[in-house]
Amino acid sequence: MLLNGGDAVVEVLKREGVDTIFGYPGGVALPLYDSLYESGIRHILTRHEQGAAHAADGYARASGKVGVCLSTSGPGATNLITGIATANMDSVPMVAITCQVTSNLLGKDSFQEADVYGITTPISKHNFMVKDPRYLPDILSKAFYIAKSGRPGPVVVDIPKDIFLTKIEIDDIPHLPLKGYKPVKEGNIADIDNVIEALAKAKRPLLFIGGGVVISDTSEVMAELLKKTKLPVITSMLGLPAIDHKYENFYGMVGMHGTYTANMAISNCDLLLAMGVRFDDRVTGDIEKFAKQTEIAHFDIDPSEIGKIISVDYSVLADLGWSLPKFTEKAVVGDIGEWQQQLADWHKDHPLKYNKKEATLMPQEVIEQVSGVMADNAIVVTDVGQHQMWAAQYCCTRTPRGFLSSGGLGTMGYGLPAAIGAQIACPDKEVWLFVGDGGIMMNCQELATAAELNLPIKIFVINNHGLGMVRQWQRMFFQGHYSASKHYAGTDFAAIAWAMGVQSLTVKKKCGLKHALEDAKDSSEPFLVDVWVDDDENVLPMVAPGASLNEMSE
Amino acid sequence: MKHTVSALVENHPGVLYRVAGLIARRGYNIASLAASATEEEGLTRISIVVDVNDERELEQIQDQLSKLVEVIHVVNMTQIDHVSREMALVKVNAGEEHRADITNLVAIFRAKIIDVHPDSLVLEVTGDVGKVDAFCEMMRKYGIIEIIRTGEIFISRSPKRLIDN
Ligand SMILES: Cc1ncc(C[n+]2csc(CCOP(=O)(O)OP(=O)(O)O)c2C)c(N)n1
Repeated sequence: MLLNGGDAVVEVLKREGVDTIFGYPGGVALPLYDSLYESGIRHILTRHEQGAAHAADGYARASGKVGVCLSTSGPGATNLITGIATANMDSVPMVAITCQVTSNLLGKDSFQEADVYGITTPISKHNFMVKDPRYLPDILSKAFYIAKSGRPGPVVVDIPKDIFLTKIEIDDIPHLPLKGYKPVKEGNIADIDNVIEALAKAKRPLLFIGGGVVISDTSEVMAELLKKTKLPVITSMLGLPAIDHKYENFYGMVGMHGTYTANMAISNCDLLLAMGVRFDDRVTGDIEKFAKQTEIAHFDIDPSEIGKIISVDYSVLADLGWSLPKFTEKAVVGDIGEWQQQLADWHKDHPLKYNKKEATLMPQEVIEQVSGVMADNAIVVTDVGQHQMWAAQYCCTRTPRGFLSSGGLGTMGYGLPAAIGAQIACPDKEVWLFVGDGGIMMNCQELATAAELNLPIKIFVINNHGLGMVRQWQRMFFQGHYSASKHYAGTDFAAIAWAMGVQSLTVKKKCGLKHALEDAKDSSEPFLVDVWVDDDENVLPMVAPGASLNEMSE
Repeated sequence: MKHTVSALVENHPGVLYRVAGLIARRGYNIASLAASATEEEGLTRISIVVDVNDERELEQIQDQLSKLVEVIHVVNMTQIDHVSREMALVKVNAGEEHRADITNLVAIFRAKIIDVHPDSLVLEVTGDVGKVDAFCEMMRKYGIIEIIRTGEIFISRSPKRLIDN
């Protein structure tokens, strides 16, 4: 079939099973937008390219499919960057198509030219610039293959305008060799056997699971493993939704704002089974003192993660989809009763806690209450900051793809557009967003997108009238010098929402919350609740940056 | 500690940028880098000498390089029986009074004089890095005007290709 380049892009997208893309048009993108017109592919017009990238990310995380975003050249493409970097850090499968100036204008500082290939090289899994139109169809389908195979990630395809106008054959096409790309799938059985042996001998084994379990869709196997072995479990933030939080030996999140028990468990176990984690510094604290006494077994799909941060005693290099069932089948645990008891005791003596106040709502309280009314299969999305940590601590998510948060990059502004993407991917699920009064402003223009599409997202602005997490650090480590961390403008978020066509409420007192929860829950369109909470609450427990995990302030 | 890594990559525009960028970004120093065509069309071999603190850092570089989509094969040459060569062109002050001395040294090092000017000579020396270093050092006292070096390249002694080992 001979098509012009723009139609060829659309045809390849369809063949890849894409039905929805997120984007924003502009000069050199117009030929492609013309091909999209009445193409059958749903194009979601966000109000900023960053919104398009995060929405594609939220769509991908919620569905497991590749998210697609699209921009024009220059400023359109650079506006995608934060979203691409966010997806890259959290291994989210995404294809970002950026339009580029016409080939003969390249490299001449032409109008709206930016070196997208150069800019995205360090923040993407891979990137292409299409120079020869004959390769366009192959490059685009390879982009999908690379984005979703192995350890997933964002792939950028930069396409000069003239390519959209060239006639391209799309069936009998030349292929780029991809000799260097060999995503890991199956591993080595002997490696698993070694861990099985170590597990049988361990007195204090501990399972530490991360986002890899979510990405590999192995939560069900994980549940089997837990049922069979009763192993104690802790998770990273992105690993939180991978298991049922009602499991009796689940001890919460580990790390800077992890639970006492999780942090003590890592510091005292004798075998750490780390699955789909990458030992981020927010998890490990002082690396010199991290899990020093323990043997570590690391299960991961990415060879470069093994030994990157910490040397391990055992490694199982494979897709968890391959290794976890095999491990589960053979896993036998020795007598770990004493250890289980120790963990249960810590858990009982050091629960997560906060003090309620008479009139003022505490942020944790709001999150607990919201959590209480959510459907079992709800998707929880967060922005970045204190509310994110409280959501991780107090909002028990119940489905494997039910907790969406920017972990690795910690991108403020992620939440709202990601919630839009998630709601589009899962129209039948409830989507609840927690966002700070700082973060909501970073992409608040997307309220208009949500309104236009009538997406019933439930938005809770946890409003502490400032940059809570920044203020916490200033309070704890900078003698209370609140430098540039307070909002004085008294912005009325409910009014902003209203102006953009989103229903809203402001809750300033405890008594208003219940009513707002009901309204939000029942709403069939987007609904924003601006909840005023205590301004000075700290997220606890806390391991100070650079301190060891067992040195927590509670 | 200097280590040598040899990477076989697809000869795409931008691949050198990826490889060099990755090493720099992760905080390691590149002492030298040489890239060129190979026995197979479409493939480039990049020989890299990096400055690392320990074996683990080197393994990280290898793993991270291997992860690049266009990188086909990465080898730590230090672990492989190999020969290595580097070439330098040295432009040195060579007035009448020193010409004989320099010519002598050129003979000892089996270097070559490849260009002659009344006041200077351009010399070509090939060998392992130690020899090239030593030669440049010897020339220093005559006044070096300019040096350019190719960077070290390596090949294994085994009868097979590196990738087939
Ligand atoms: C894009 C971006 N800029 C800056 C930061 C640094 N940062 C982390 S948390 C935070 C404060 C967030 O404040 P808010 O959105 O009100 O949430 P809160 O912490 O109060 O819950 C800031 C500024 C960031 N993570 N991302």
